[in-house]
Amino acid sequence: MEITKHIIELYKKVATTLPSDVKAALSKAYENKEESTTAINTLSAINKNIELAENESKAICQDTGTPYFFVKYPIALSQLEVKKQIIEATKIASKEIPLRPNSVETLRGKTESDNVGVGIPVFYLEEWEKHDLQIQLILKGGGSENMGRTYSLPDTTLGAGRDIHGVRKCIIDAVFQAQGKACPPGILGIAVGSPKDAVARLAKEQLLRKLDDRNPVRELDRFEKDITAELNTLGIGPAGLGGKTTILGAKIAFMHRHPACYFVEIAYSCWATRRGTLTINEVGEVVYD
Amino acid sequence: MIKLTTPLHKDDINNLKVGDSVLLSGTIFTARDAVHKYLLENPQELPKGIDLTGAVIFHAGPNAKKVNDKWVITAIGPTTSARMSAYEPDFIKRFGVRAIIGKGGMDKNTKESLKNNGAAYFSAIGGAAALLAQSVVQVKNVFFLERFAMTEAMWELEVKDFPVIVTMDRHGKSVHDDVKKKSGKEYERLIGE
Repeated sequence: MEITKHIIELYKKVATTLPSDVKAALSKAYENKEESTTAINTLSAINKNIELAENESKAICQDTGTPYFFVKYPIALSQLEVKKQIIEATKIASKEIPLRPNSVETLRGKTESDNVGVGIPVFYLEEWEKHDLQIQLILKGGGSENMGRTYSLPDTTLGAGRDIHGVRKCIIDAVFQAQGKACPPGILGIAVGSPKDAVARLAKEQLLRKLDDRNPVRELDRFEKDITAELNTLGIGPAGLGGKTTILGAKIAFMHRHPACYFVEIAYSCWATRRGTLTINEVGEVVYD
Repeated sequence: MIKLTTPLHKDDINNLKVGDSVLLSGTIFTARDAVHKYLLENPQELPKGIDLTGAVIFHAGPNAKKVNDKWVITAIGPTTSARMSAYEPDFIKRFGVRAIIGKGGMDKNTKESLKNNGAAYFSAIGGAAALLAQSVVQVKNVFFLERFAMTEAMWELEVKDFPVIVTMDRHGKSVHDDVKKKSGKEYERLIGE
């Protein structure tokens, strides 16, 4: 299956156009939430930037991020083939859009020109029973990535035990510590359980969820709304310069854990949360969302 | 709205206070982790003809492409300034820098350095990179591109009405400190519940 050109198109859409739910949340924040001039001006500039990038097909942010690919492929489609074409598309997209060279060879410090490297792009591939090929892309900025946190509960400094109240304290702590460094108003992907690498992945997967979706677990659906409201009382505000909009939304998932372990993983995504989905069905029809 | 043109003078900075909106015109230089460290360790490597006295340093790694052999900035915005806090106090002093543009604010040593050397810290809006690129008139030069690559290189940019907000002034005031203090009170309340 030839998918390279569709993946290049997906890169283009994701780098230049924010998802409609994120756009809606940012324009709502501008229209009716803020009081200070700085917060209003900041949100106004953010919204202008979004419009400009979309209209002129320009990157929303100069940091075009680390590419994450969440792929669900039908039985009998070669995983190797999908990966190969994604890597090829990454190289072409880097030149064409362009994407900033964001893949640095860590030991020697050399920057690759094509955003490909050891472990880059990040791949999470899974076979599924549907006949569609679904490719979801997140371009994850580095500034907000630096402000993500992993907590191991119990945490005596925070007085956080191994329950949802403890989880709540970790989230409040992470957003407070981040202040303006992660380009608020941001979106949180949160995962609870163990082991560490599994919660890290699950937290990133939460960032794929739309802001207006509902958590299938009733008490977590409630929690997501409550924690978002609480975080917005912190007053950190757009760009961290003070205001009422610090977080646009929080998405949380729990997984099972080892009896000895209890991790809370928080992935912080900046206001420029860039994600998109490409679906190719069995007759080759292509849909972008 | 205050309009300033580089190089900046002591009086330009003295008159600024936190919360002021400024439109900057003239020349600005990008510098991130690599350039800060390198130039402090090797000040003699400052490119010939470049004088940073009164200069504006921008914590940024642009997205740029070559069009007909000329560099064009397609997107540019601030990176997290806290990473440069280790170098900035000395950098300001050593090179006579008058202003820093970044995001998220800097530490108390930098705040002291701003005070002692008559400099200020400006915030640009993180992520608003398509918009900010509109204020870049042209790329005048790029230094250390081979050594540090696009993101970490030192870009000399001509800007016109580049929008920033003063968030750390030379009188010791900091919006970042104020927001942290205020949010800290609310944090204590929420965590204590």
